Amino acid sequence: MSDTYLENEDFVTFYIAGQLFGVPVLSVQDIINPQRITPIPLAPPEIAGSLNLRGRIVTAIDVRKRLGLPARKEKESMSIVVENGHDLYSLMVDSVGEVLGVDESSFERNPPTLDQRFRDYSQGIYRLDGKLLVILDVNRFLDYGRNADAA
Amino acid sequence: MDDLLSEFLTETNEGLTTLDMELVKLEQNPNDAELLSSIFRLMHTIKGTCGFLGLPRLESVAHAGENIMNKFRDGELSVSATGVSLILECLDQIREILTTLEATEQEPEGDDSDLISRLNAHAEGGDAAEPAAAAPEPVTVAVDETVEDDEEDELEKAFREALGPEELAAQAAAEAGAPPPEHPPVAEVVELKAEPTPAPAPAPKPAPKPAAKKAATPPTPTGDTGSSVANQSIRVSVEVLENLMTMVSELVLTRNQTLQILRAHKESDFATPLQRLNHVVSDLQEGVMKTRMQPIGNAWAKLPRIIRDLSHELDKKIDLVMKGAETELDRQVLELIKDPLTHMVRNSADHGLEMPNDRVAAGKPETGQVILNAFHEGGHIIIQISDDGKGLNTDRIKEKCIENGLASEGELDGMNDQQIQQFIFKPGFSTAAEVTAVSGRGVGMDVVRTNIEKIGGTVELSSTEGKGTIFTIKIPLTLAIVSALIVECCKERFAIPQLSVVELVRTSAHSEHTIEHINETPVLRLRNRLLPLVTLRDLLKLSDGDEPEGEETELREDNFIVVSQVGTYTFGIIVDRVFDTEEIVVKPVAPILRDIQLFSGNTILGDGAVVMILDPNGIAAATGEIAVADSDLGAHEDRHQAGNDEKVAMLVFRSGDDAPKAVPLALIARLEEIDLAKVETSGGQHVVQYRGQLMPLIPMKTGMELEKEGRQPVLVFSDRERSMGLVVDEIIDIVEDRMNVELSAEKEGYIGSAIIAEKATDVVDAGYFLTQAYPDWFGSEAGKENFESNKSKILLVDDSPFFRNLLMPMLSVAGYDVQAVESASEALTLCEKGEKFDVIVSDIEMPGMNGFEFAEAVREDHRWSKTPMVALSAFASPADLMRGRAAGFKDYVSKTDREALLTTLQDTIAELKGAA
Repeated sequence: MSDTYLENEDFVTFYIAGQLFGVPVLSVQDIINPQRITPIPLAPPEIAGSLNLRGRIVTAIDVRKRLGLPARKEKESMSIVVENGHDLYSLMVDSVGEVLGVDESSFERNPPTLDQRFRDYSQGIYRLDGKLLVILDVNRFLDYGRNADAA
Repeated sequence: MDDLLSEFLTETNEGLTTLDMELVKLEQNPNDAELLSSIFRLMHTIKGTCGFLGLPRLESVAHAGENIMNKFRDGELSVSATGVSLILECLDQIREILTTLEATEQEPEGDDSDLISRLNAHAEGGDAAEPAAAAPEPVTVAVDETVEDDEEDELEKAFREALGPEELAAQAAAEAGAPPPEHPPVAEVVELKAEPTPAPAPAPKPAPKPAAKKAATPPTPTGDTGSSVANQSIRVSVEVLENLMTMVSELVLTRNQTLQILRAHKESDFATPLQRLNHVVSDLQEGVMKTRMQPIGNAWAKLPRIIRDLSHELDKKIDLVMKGAETELDRQVLELIKDPLTHMVRNSADHGLEMPNDRVAAGKPETGQVILNAFHEGGHIIIQISDDGKGLNTDRIKEKCIENGLASEGELDGMNDQQIQQFIFKPGFSTAAEVTAVSGRGVGMDVVRTNIEKIGGTVELSSTEGKGTIFTIKIPLTLAIVSALIVECCKERFAIPQLSVVELVRTSAHSEHTIEHINETPVLRLRNRLLPLVTLRDLLKLSDGDEPEGEETELREDNFIVVSQVGTYTFGIIVDRVFDTEEIVVKPVAPILRDIQLFSGNTILGDGAVVMILDPNGIAAATGEIAVADSDLGAHEDRHQAGNDEKVAMLVFRSGDDAPKAVPLALIARLEEIDLAKVETSGGQHVVQYRGQLMPLIPMKTGMELEKEGRQPVLVFSDRERSMGLVVDEIIDIVEDRMNVELSAEKEGYIGSAIIAEKATDVVDAGYFLTQAYPDWFGSEAGKENFESNKSKILLVDDSPFFRNLLMPMLSVAGYDVQAVESASEALTLCEKGEKFDVIVSDIEMPGMNGFEFAEAVREDHRWSKTPMVALSAFASPADLMRGRAAGFKDYVSKTDREALLTTLQDTIAELKGAA
């Protein structure tokens, strides 16, 4: 799995609790500003609700909660919309950064000491100048079936 | 693959399907010249394209087929079953070649000379010998149909009338430059209709002028669906449609926003054009929605051919009747049900229908019928596949179950026919004694069921041995537009499909309707019934935010109750507000939310907001009611295991001492809370004015003095015009539990005690208190004719002491002389002893000999064979009823329906006396 991104690739970056994350630019459908979100009763806590993106229903997921991090202070947040199996998901993040092209040689596998949740959802790490970029594995991040089995 | 080739493949495959259908039609209407030329054209196109693409093998086969068609068309050869069979065979060959072509892009090697020579032989010489013998056959079939099938008759007539002139036209075309007509076309039609024999030779026919023909051709709305429709439609990829749909949705949203802005500016120049835009957009939306819908007839297109082939293969005469082919459903769903449907129709024809000889012997018409019927009902599409065949043989199913280890003999004995029939849906089950080439290839009804359930549908079956079988498939109209009621709860909006909403009730503390509580469970009195209520807020664990979380929120003063119905279960959903109804497009929820059974989907409302769609089925299931059809079998099994102590709903209350008391809920008409200040005394009895009448109040505890003021709960028992109230201290709960009453006859007014909800509870003898209020309570009507001298004797057979003790006093006070026994064998001993009874009332589920067997035993014994029997059971489903009747019961009454039992007994005895 980790070998997929050895070539030069562009990532949309975002910050969660001060940590820089990235998702492949081609998997990103949209970047959206805070929207009116309809909460979904009985849904898992990290599911913030659903919203209407140009006539399509998008399920909003709070990335912080999914990673087991404390909730962010400000209520509104930017979101990155990704498509997964014909469904759209909006990942609520703290802030959206720039699009970065990274050098394949700076790729590292996940350190085995990484927190379980991070290890589950991270494809690997890129060493950038002064910071580390964690690549979010969107498929695994949204694969609730697998997660439920494990739990 | 080469674009040209793939285009050719799609087109040819489509052409072949149409050909299949038209050929079968042609066999039934050999005179139909328009059909003939349409078939010829199709065949010719296939041949032509093959030649163009350089596919010699295909071309030669198609050419040979076309040859025969040509002869048919020119009238040199009359349409015969053999001829049609040959052409169909030729089509199959073409199809086979196409399949290889599709896979390899190469025409496969092979030799078709045998088929071609047979085709040619038929084309050349067939005319002289065969048609004479074969031709009349299809014609009689056609005529038979018009005579036998009344419904089809009209259609058939229209069909013929419509096509008459066309036919002449085609013939005219064949004979270019023919003389002008001698008769007007209409006269010709009449003549054709009156003449049942085929007229193969076109030569002597007078032909109308081409111009006159055109004018005379009436529109052909019914019969001719194939070719003309095909010419009026184009193929568009689904993707394009989906995109269109998305864009229209956006357009609608934008329109709604614009309209909202407009509302703020009353006098605007934009008003008129915007209104117009509004209408156009609505129409556009509707139009685009329609593109996704297709008539179910498309999924049936192949069936006539399948049935035709089957009838030849099996030597059965089968009539396929298709009703409601125009019923529309989403194309995606259509694709998915195609195969299960085909399988089921094939099954019905193969396993369901008997051989013609057997049918005649059974007194049925020789030709068996398979009827397909599709219609909309309650947001679903119902497809019924029925046959008038031999029905399911339960004994065979039982054997098979035991053979395959699906169930043990003991388990099967406890099931009724309907439960046993359900086994055909289990994996690894096939009833056909031998596997035929047609069906029974190891793919059974279980696959059908799985496929249907995959798209959220259900399949049910009902079968009567000797009469036939009906399969009912129910599939949801996914992605279709649904009308939904928009409600609000804790500032969130939800949609409830309008179809499951029965009515809306507004409740407030001061109006006629108020919400009452039984142990914190809210209920509502609605037209003399208690309606169970569920709070949406609790159900969805919502909170307003200003109340502490987790705590049961107090109900507000004003509430709206959405009365919903799922199957036979009616319940109310408490919501905060009700908006209006809106047409919504149901969209499936994201996969991660599919486990939440309370939602059936989500949708975008006119103002752009996303709302969840509540699923009344899910709510019913979540609140404890087993209303889903599918769990039926499970419930039956439960019942079986439960054996003789069925679950009974009991109202538990407190009165006097601490021990809880219980009374069967079914006996209670209403729960009231009366104002004690309004209680009056009349004739030494407490009475209260209730619904314009005086209702006697009986305190539960004898000698209990009623307080002078305050409120007191009262259980109201009603019988026709009369009511009485039983005054209790406190209503505790409604419990559904197994009833094992341990008897104690010591205390008056009690049947005994039982463990209910894990507490020792006194079970109240309602009959005792009823007679306290009105000594003649039960005797009011039934008793009039039953004086001491000729009291009717009733034998009550029931293994449950609880019911024996409930019914005994009840029947006694109704003026019957009752003897109760606890088993069928005990009852039969009485018979041996020569005892005589007027009526036997028997339970069905009993250990040892069950009610059905008991009835059969009674019927066989000459002493009691004339004694009418009434079956008594906690469950009276139509199938039970049927089985009961078959076993010899006169009637079938639900155990808890006291009134029905009394009426039945009264009727039975009246009948008996009348007969005597």
